[in-house]
Amino acid sequence: MNNDTFMLKIHRFCLLSEMCPRVNDNEETTMKTSEVPQDDIRTLQGAKKALYAVDDQGNYTRSTTSGWDVEEVVLTQVIDDFEEKAGAAALRVRKNETSPIEYFMYKKWMDPLTLAQVMGLYRWQVKRHFKPRVFKRLDDRTLGEYARIFGVSIGALKNFPEED
Amino acid sequence: MARLRPLEHRQYAHCESGVVTALLRSHGLDLSEPMVFGITGGLTFAYIPFIRITNMPLIGYRMFPGSIIKGAVKNLAVEFRTRRYRDAREALDELTQLVDGGEVVGLQTSVYWLPYFPPEMRFQFNAHNLIVYGREGDEFLVSDPVFEHVVRIKAEDLQNARFAKGTLAPKGFIYYPVRVNASVDLREAIRKSIRRTVHMMLYAPIPFIGVKGIHYLAKKIERLNPRKDLKMVRLFLGHIVRMQEEIGTGGGGFRFMYAAFLQEAGKLLGSPPLDEASRMMTEAGDMWRRFALACARACKSKTADFDVGEIAQLLRKCATQEKLVYSLLKTVKL
Repeated sequence: MNNDTFMLKIHRFCLLSEMCPRVNDNEETTMKTSEVPQDDIRTLQGAKKALYAVDDQGNYTRSTTSGWDVEEVVLTQVIDDFEEKAGAAALRVRKNETSPIEYFMYKKWMDPLTLAQVMGLYRWQVKRHFKPRVFKRLDDRTLGEYARIFGVSIGALKNFPEED
Repeated sequence: MARLRPLEHRQYAHCESGVVTALLRSHGLDLSEPMVFGITGGLTFAYIPFIRITNMPLIGYRMFPGSIIKGAVKNLAVEFRTRRYRDAREALDELTQLVDGGEVVGLQTSVYWLPYFPPEMRFQFNAHNLIVYGREGDEFLVSDPVFEHVVRIKAEDLQNARFAKGTLAPKGFIYYPVRVNASVDLREAIRKSIRRTVHMMLYAPIPFIGVKGIHYLAKKIERLNPRKDLKMVRLFLGHIVRMQEEIGTGGGGFRFMYAAFLQEAGKLLGSPPLDEASRMMTEAGDMWRRFALACARACKSKTADFDVGEIAQLLRKCATQEKLVYSLLKTVKL
């Protein structure tokens, strides 16, 4: 054991001196249980997540977090991006430039490839279904499958509201 | 069938290690989640630019889905019964039969179809693991490892979740242990798994994996041009952080969980160097968090005047620190 500890010191010394002289920044921010972020982020809706953190004795223990602001920033970012695309798609549906499928796709946070995969179609087929003329001629089975995936009725898919 | 201990719901940091931990415990092998995560070789880093998910490259901080189950078979000599289905009806019948007979089973599901998830989290992700431990009428009793409490799910929703199509489609994947050796040689399992993880992180033959992968990603970040396409840069940085900090990672891209494993292994084997490696891995986790913070700041900044070079530098620090950890682990005699 002593031998191990000795080897360890030598090892650290060698690594620290030759490769990365500035690896330790004197920043003593270890993941302590008392420092686990508790930012009550909106996206978790009051739920808590489990994680592992170090207690006062230096032992890892299971702890919980109500979320970290950083997580919320990056999650909201991608959701906002989809919402923006959905909003733009809604305008184009009303101008008869695309079909409601594109709108609901973004509303459910998918892109054409993902939607094609969950539908069991090719991407070009899904993109074709964006064309209002093609969409109008879609059979009920395909429409039903889209409706199931989007969690809406076929009626909601066919009759896109003229206003929000 | 051996008598199972009644399932006691606990919350875990990660779904797959959580399910496997809980299943093993109900079969008499009581290990912690970090122990299961470490022994099954759950840790990795992968940045694979040509595999894209929702138009973003694949970035992983843990091994691909299913590898913890496979790792338990390999390193803990657990025998699982596993099955995928073509016929959804048959899958439901078999599940009903199993849980009615008192079996506790793991299922692979799609988050998109699980109604008890917060709406903001319901993306198309097909590799979420949960436990079904009973049934009441048309509802299944679910112990979802990343939730605080047990939940219920309607058979129809569960069917949708089990038979979602797309990347990593679960195809109704069901698994449960049939033979568990409660007196398995942990020392040997720990030694084997650490050696394997170290080897992968240091010597993977392709530049996308391990420490090299982290440097590769740093280089990619450095070459981003926020002035040219600010939105894309922001979404890319956000994507990296989502993979690192989202639900089911334990934060710091699984690094804290692995540090917990190293510490526990150090105690079990009476090895101070493992304890030291654990502290160093905790530092690595903290560095990942600093990197995440810098990315989030860039995502929020109104202008393009953040420095991608600085962000890349923070990432290189993670790589350097992790290299120290693995190099130390390589020299430790276990």
